[in-house]
Amino acid sequence: MFDDFFIRALIAGLGVALVTGPLGCFVIWRRLSFFGDTLSHSALLGVTLAVSFDINIAFSVFIISSAVALILLKLQKTTNLPGDALLGLLAHSSLAVGLVAIGFLSFIRFDIMGLLFGDILSVTKNDLIIIWVGGAIILFVLKLIWKPLFASTVNYELADAEGMRPERVNAIFTILMAAIIAISIKMIGLLLITGMLIIPAAMARNISNNPKQMVLFSIIGGLLSVVIGLFGSLEINSPSGPSIITAGLILFILSLIKIKRLSQLNN
Amino acid sequence: MKSENNKFLVKLDNTGVFQNNKWLVKGVSLEVERGKIVTLIGPNGSGKTTTAKIALGLYKNIQGKVEKFTKKIGYVPQKISIDWTLPIRVLDFMLLTQNLSDDEINTALNLTGVEHLKNNNLRNLSGGEFQRVLIARAIAKKPDLLVLDEPVQGVDFKGEIALYELIKTISDKLNCGILLISHDLHVVMSATDYVVCLNGHVCCSGTPQAVANDNKYKELFGDRASTILSVYEHNHDHTHSPDGSIKRKQ
Repeated sequence: MFDDFFIRALIAGLGVALVTGPLGCFVIWRRLSFFGDTLSHSALLGVTLAVSFDINIAFSVFIISSAVALILLKLQKTTNLPGDALLGLLAHSSLAVGLVAIGFLSFIRFDIMGLLFGDILSVTKNDLIIIWVGGAIILFVLKLIWKPLFASTVNYELADAEGMRPERVNAIFTILMAAIIAISIKMIGLLLITGMLIIPAAMARNISNNPKQMVLFSIIGGLLSVVIGLFGSLEINSPSGPSIITAGLILFILSLIKIKRLSQLNN
Repeated sequence: MKSENNKFLVKLDNTGVFQNNKWLVKGVSLEVERGKIVTLIGPNGSGKTTTAKIALGLYKNIQGKVEKFTKKIGYVPQKISIDWTLPIRVLDFMLLTQNLSDDEINTALNLTGVEHLKNNNLRNLSGGEFQRVLIARAIAKKPDLLVLDEPVQGVDFKGEIALYELIKTISDKLNCGILLISHDLHVVMSATDYVVCLNGHVCCSGTPQAVANDNKYKELFGDRASTILSVYEHNHDHTHSPDGSIKRKQ
């Protein structure tokens, strides 16, 4: 069954969606979408490293993204530049350095498009293991830190005052972000990972009234996007990553209709 | 030695915060004991909230020393804003930092008079309702130390009195210490055990009586402020219910 590239892509995509659902909610709640972008841009450098030293892509992307996240935390403390400027600085410089590094690797043919937008053909059995095992670990850790992470999302000082240790859970959350980017880069591509995090969660926000519900709808939205997007891409021969994101966008638009209805009911 | 320490919940010893080339507050010493209400008063920008945050351990770099003798802390911050992106009901908010049974949630919300709002979205509450929820959340798990930063802002007059009585009752009943920031001098002077008057530093401190008669207090708040105590005590004789119940008086 796993020999069919489409089945592999589907299982990989569903695994990714299970994890991006809850993480995406936190990305929206904490206004971290640009942060997600920065991490995924830096992933290009990770891919270059993986190819040059012949190590696993997910592993090297995880290392580089975590490093960039830590550098960002350090810069935030030591400079007075606003957060978005720092993010832009890191996002574009790590993207540029990654592209320059690729230039040096002229002996290898790079599938840049696949890297940027994802490639279902490239998903191997090994990748499936990385996605599902890595995803399970991410979800497990997220479950462990859910309460303090959510509390510090609502109000940092309140969480700090009542012993939730927000600084520590924030650091752990940053590592989880690097991890989800690492395991999903082959599937979705580095330019679209943030879309996979944000769009289902944004859709879920439109139709939910409590945090757990939003997480649930976000997961369902992500799973549906993967199924619809992949079957659609098979049908009309479109690239996999963008098709999944487009499917997510359609779900988001549908959720807007629900919002309109609700507000009409209230009036 | 140990048993004596147990009496104290938090001790500030000559503490201060220096940020962006200025002192937010300096030279503050105070202690909160079990069953006692310590109130911080002072003009805007005098360092009341900063002092409360020092006591809570929210500053990384401070001058002086803070000792905390409990981890069970309930905090009502001065300001909380809930973003639209976050769908959260009163019920979810109650469970933010603690695990509570349904009974505990209902009791706490009932005490502050907002049980009927349990399933409402936090963003749809009025300012006063939100304050009541904040107080309910902070007291739900029966903390040792309550830090209340202007807890009744935006609450209607009648509710304000009821909530202050509730706070007083809680401190008696749970035997917990309370660090209160309040602008309401009437309440401060009547219901609290110890008053610290701040103006970037400790301007004067002591029992409400002592502070009210202090010249520095009069300078800071004006002459009329020192008459508050007597005015209040007069009222107090007539309106205090003998059983100390927290029900609203008509």
